[in-house]
Amino acid sequence: MKTSLYNDHVALGARMVPFAGWDMPLVYRGIIPEHLWTRAHASVFDICHMGEFEIKGATAEADLERLVTLGVASLKPGACAYGYLLAEDGGVRDDVICFRLAPDRFWLVVNAGTLAGDRDWIRAHLSPHTTFTDLSPATAKLDIQGPGARQGMEAAFGQALPPLGYFHFQEVTIQGTPCLLSRTGYTGEFGYELYVPANEVPRFWNCLLKSGQILPAGLGARDTLRVEMGYPLYGHELRLEWRPAGASRGRFMDMAKPFIGRESVRRELETGAYRVLVGLLLEGRMAGRAGDPVMKDGVGVGEVTSGLFAPSLNVAVALAYVDQAVSRPGEALAITVRGKSLNARVETLPLYKNGTAREAR
Amino acid sequence: MLHNPDDLKYTKTHEWVRTKDEEIEVGITDFAQHQLSDITYVELPELNRHLDAGEEAVVVESIKAASDVYAPIAGTIVEVNEALATTPEVINSDPFGAGWIFRMKPDHANDVDALLSSEAYEASLPAEH
Repeated sequence: MKTSLYNDHVALGARMVPFAGWDMPLVYRGIIPEHLWTRAHASVFDICHMGEFEIKGATAEADLERLVTLGVASLKPGACAYGYLLAEDGGVRDDVICFRLAPDRFWLVVNAGTLAGDRDWIRAHLSPHTTFTDLSPATAKLDIQGPGARQGMEAAFGQALPPLGYFHFQEVTIQGTPCLLSRTGYTGEFGYELYVPANEVPRFWNCLLKSGQILPAGLGARDTLRVEMGYPLYGHELRLEWRPAGASRGRFMDMAKPFIGRESVRRELETGAYRVLVGLLLEGRMAGRAGDPVMKDGVGVGEVTSGLFAPSLNVAVALAYVDQAVSRPGEALAITVRGKSLNARVETLPLYKNGTAREAR
Repeated sequence: MLHNPDDLKYTKTHEWVRTKDEEIEVGITDFAQHQLSDITYVELPELNRHLDAGEEAVVVESIKAASDVYAPIAGTIVEVNEALATTPEVINSDPFGAGWIFRMKPDHANDVDALLSSEAYEASLPAEH
């Protein structure tokens, strides 16, 4: 499938790659330059492949409360929160952001690769009077991320944006078009996720790029940015075969309310019998990759789920699940890569400490 | 994309070969560096190592993946590009020049003749490039 911006990406010289059934831009000018520009200025990412569901009605809150791990009742209109969509056995079906637009109206933003499965699963678990609408085909998503995002967008659109706290959003009208603007993102930098009608997204994209303050960035930079922050990527750090205890150590889950999968998550948290997701700092440029074993004194203690050269840290890093006994910051471990042993030290997340995501701008 | 220089020889696996006196210099083509995108690490071969034609000589890591570079012909490693240890990105910026990776002394100098010409190499690339 192609997003509404496919021709714009090709015109910009993007290298297109298949991702979750979509042809997506991997890189325009270079992954590292796009990464560094995002940290220092602002970039726009085409994220139209992700899915948006609207869930509405007097019973929507109670239905969502059972479906997702985050606390829905405590979510005020204009706020959004991150959590998991679990299977009965606690396996992670997806990680989602839940937006409350009104007391009886919600959005769930879901991953592209899990969209169809999520849709069936959610519909099968809704009360008869809760309405479900898959907004994805008609909804485009642009992520504008970086310390200069607000300034760049206000200049591009010729209008002021409302002040928004982190993980808050507002329905806004931009150049006459109704949009949803959210102070969220996947880079660790200040910025927004902007939802616009799919048929209007080429106009928004080109308007944002016109001044040169905001440059396009591809999925390559999106990955390096999120790995430096320790943000999980579904299919790497989160999987249907794994429960979420080790990914978040209990965060993003309101254990005081019943939700699908809770009993198995509770058992796991109580017994402590799970590996935890940690960040690893290596010593050189050579990187471990997903699937590479993590060792302590020659014994296997974990596995890498994402690994790459981190452009802002100028060293290779990894995300890995490791035994709790070796998960403390400072712990000296090793990753076996092509028969070589690379020293790796457990480091607190985020690996990149200077992100601006929570700053007011 | 850069033109593939006519004075070089090529392999189907995207190495280029420049003959210099009794030795050959080896790198990867502009097509290959473009496919890999940002190169972040090069695992260089040991000096004096003997390699058969087609044997894995080097691992080039990009942001996304690790890829092998093969010995185009049989020979012995006589020099490696030490600059790549700190600035591997020169393979991206100057693949046919400063981005050379290693030099070999061939077992048989005329093995180079059997490699691809620039035209034959270009004909082997996917049509969209």
